[in-house]
Amino acid sequence: MNLLDVENLSVSFGRGHRPVVRGVSLSVAPGECVALVGESGSGKSVTARALLGLAGRGARVGADRLEIDGVDATGFSERRWRSVRGRRIGMVLQDAMVSLDPLRTIGAEIAEGVTLHRDHAPRDVRRRVVELLVEAGVPEPETRRTEYPHQLSGGLRQRALIASALAADPRLLIADEPTTALDAVVQAQILRLLERVKNEGRGLLLISHDLAVVAQLADRVLVLNDGDVVESGPTAQLLEAPAHPYTRTLLDSVPTGRRRGGARVPGDTLLTAERLVKTYGPSRRGATPRRALDDVSLTLRAGESLGVVGESGSGKSTLARVLLGLAAPDSGQVRLGGEPWTTLDERARRPLRHRVQLIHQDPYAAFDPRFTVARIIGEALPRTTRRQRTERAARLLEQVGLGADHLRRRPHELSGGQRQRVAVARALAPRPQVLVCDEPVSALDVTVQAQVLDLLVRLREDTGVALVFITHDLAVVQEISDRVLVMRDGTIVDEGPTREVFRSPRHEYTRSLVDAIPALARASTRDLSQAPVPSRDTRQRRSVHD
Amino acid sequence: MRFVLQRLAAGAVVVWGAATLTFFAVHLVPGDTVAALIGPGTPVTPALRHQILAESGLDDPLAVQYAHSMGALLRGDLGRSYQLNQPVGQLLAGQVAPTLQLAVGSLVCALLLALLAAIATAGRGGATRTIVSAVELFIVSVPSFWLGIVLLTVFSFRFRLFPAAADGSLSALVLPTLALALPLAGVLAQVIRQELEQTDARPFVLTARARGLGETRLLLRHTLRHALLPVTTLSGFLLGGLFGGTVLIENIFARPGLGRILVRAVEARDIPVVTALVLLSAVAFVVINIVVDLLHPVIDARLREVTP
Repeated sequence: MNLLDVENLSVSFGRGHRPVVRGVSLSVAPGECVALVGESGSGKSVTARALLGLAGRGARVGADRLEIDGVDATGFSERRWRSVRGRRIGMVLQDAMVSLDPLRTIGAEIAEGVTLHRDHAPRDVRRRVVELLVEAGVPEPETRRTEYPHQLSGGLRQRALIASALAADPRLLIADEPTTALDAVVQAQILRLLERVKNEGRGLLLISHDLAVVAQLADRVLVLNDGDVVESGPTAQLLEAPAHPYTRTLLDSVPTGRRRGGARVPGDTLLTAERLVKTYGPSRRGATPRRALDDVSLTLRAGESLGVVGESGSGKSTLARVLLGLAAPDSGQVRLGGEPWTTLDERARRPLRHRVQLIHQDPYAAFDPRFTVARIIGEALPRTTRRQRTERAARLLEQVGLGADHLRRRPHELSGGQRQRVAVARALAPRPQVLVCDEPVSALDVTVQAQVLDLLVRLREDTGVALVFITHDLAVVQEISDRVLVMRDGTIVDEGPTREVFRSPRHEYTRSLVDAIPALARASTRDLSQAPVPSRDTRQRRSVHD
Repeated sequence: MRFVLQRLAAGAVVVWGAATLTFFAVHLVPGDTVAALIGPGTPVTPALRHQILAESGLDDPLAVQYAHSMGALLRGDLGRSYQLNQPVGQLLAGQVAPTLQLAVGSLVCALLLALLAAIATAGRGGATRTIVSAVELFIVSVPSFWLGIVLLTVFSFRFRLFPAAADGSLSALVLPTLALALPLAGVLAQVIRQELEQTDARPFVLTARARGLGETRLLLRHTLRHALLPVTTLSGFLLGGLFGGTVLIENIFARPGLGRILVRAVEARDIPVVTALVLLSAVAFVVINIVVDLLHPVIDARLREVTP
């Protein structure tokens, strides 16, 4: 018997509105993993919530058949739903930092799931919580039990979240982007944990935008596009021979590590960093100060694309701030065009600031929400007449693939990809020599990501701007960078031409990064001699649909 | 512990600042202190006047007077009331209880009303919410003394449900408490409702619901706790403001208390009493704020690392 049987599920918000999910049919058997794949706004999360009766106030959910453990759930009362949630179906959300109550210990969160559906003596509850933590692979469960989410690392938090979802021993687990907020190595560990959950005979409904993650876990895949299932089938078949054009677009957008654009002969040395050290003071007494940068040196030539790879906390964002002249290093210095840069007085540096520009991870946060696009870009242009600035802004928009009709829009009226294009246009406005890109495509959908990467490659070829490309994503860096630095704990552990560094990693850490990449098993349609296909990690995805 | 000591030290500085400000403010206000001392309308010969000034130290240079007054404060000596010729400490001690009763009662009452209103309407639309919001907006907007007069007129004079003036009974406390509590409840209800609604949209609430949690437990175990954070901050602030509110309400309802004493002391230019009352409210503010700061890490563990 299937754990879940759904036929023709539709969800709409408000009367007369077009349903956001239309005619989704799926079933999950014990020990099976079914994946729902789609980009933001495709309706995949809404589907997951509807399966728990949690589509939200004002949602209208309809289905020809909705059976949970063989029981018809179409007419469930709220009370009936409550007995299903957690007990029959557990749910794991994206980011444990926000998906666990920050005011409660993880032990309390897990215990809640244990006690809700069955009475336990307090001592049994404690034993069960520890047991669940052990099963989820959390070391020192007795201590961890009493800790709060913010005290745990991202990986441990996610394990605790999974433990809390399994607390009442549900036979079906819905995992909504369970690894999206995690670094590559941790992501691989969590995937192994989920695989074990599946092998225990539980059903797994995996919701993801990430085909590489899906390829690793799922037996069958449904591709959702704008509320419709456009294609479904066994994972191998769907990845090898996608029938629907949208599935093909999705697959083609997955970064393969293949170089985008031709190689460029780098010019003269443009920017050098010499033995940078930057320490952040201890947040409390007795703690050792954290070395965000520890003896970091680099050179960047004109027109070159330099990748900086590392996980969260490796110091790569601090490096970006120092290169931009926004944070002063404790020792060492950055020189720009052979002249002093970080040692300059701010007043002397300001007229030169246009030479180094920044592109953020989250363009939505990087814009004043009340500004129009014309004003956002205009602000970065030299002071001339308003008409001249508008003309320049229109030309810049054209350069990044947008039309002049976007000039009058505000950030919330743009899609995620359009916003990042505007951010690129703004960064190019003062004609910089160096673009520092800090995770510029991490918050974007995979198809949009591919477009923005293409844009950056083209702009580099057209304008000769040098790129410092900071990312945690190995595939992206392989696609865009000539040379790469691998950072860990504030030091550069590996560096060299991108291809070489990843083909034969010298440092153990680089090797573990490469190993952690979930390979997308596509035998026939893709050239396997290429580097393995890494995962996409999308933080804080935002779009007009959300 | 270290944190508490730091805060106490900072609090002492605040109180000292308040004492200094009051000292200079009182001495800069024009008016005849001697007349206040012996009672207005009493004729004074220049010789007598000189004697009074000398005895009370009022002819010393301002700096000397300031040093004297601070020294006395350090010894815990608040001076004697000009008007009643009674130690200020004693005078106030007898009046603290009714005011405290009124202020704390009002805060508790306001919190209860606000919680009820917020929980009943959070996350909902419809007529109830519209009506409750309108009532909140109305009582936030009207001054509390006007509310007091209306309550008196309706419940005391018209329906004779509650006594109009203090007679020591508990029922005499109802109307003044309500007059003070209602505007506070309006503000608090709006803050709590907004916080409840914001918390409700956060992912961990979805996780809790997906665990099978019902709305009541969700409220008690999760969302209400988040709403408590801004409420503690605001309550501390409001409790301080309440002491100001009691001045009006005590006079309207003819209740004994610090508020009435303050009004009389200001009218009679009774400098030691005014100074002591200002100091008392400064101390109250400092204590309340320390308590609020200590409560925050109890509610939110994330704050514990910054304030061990």
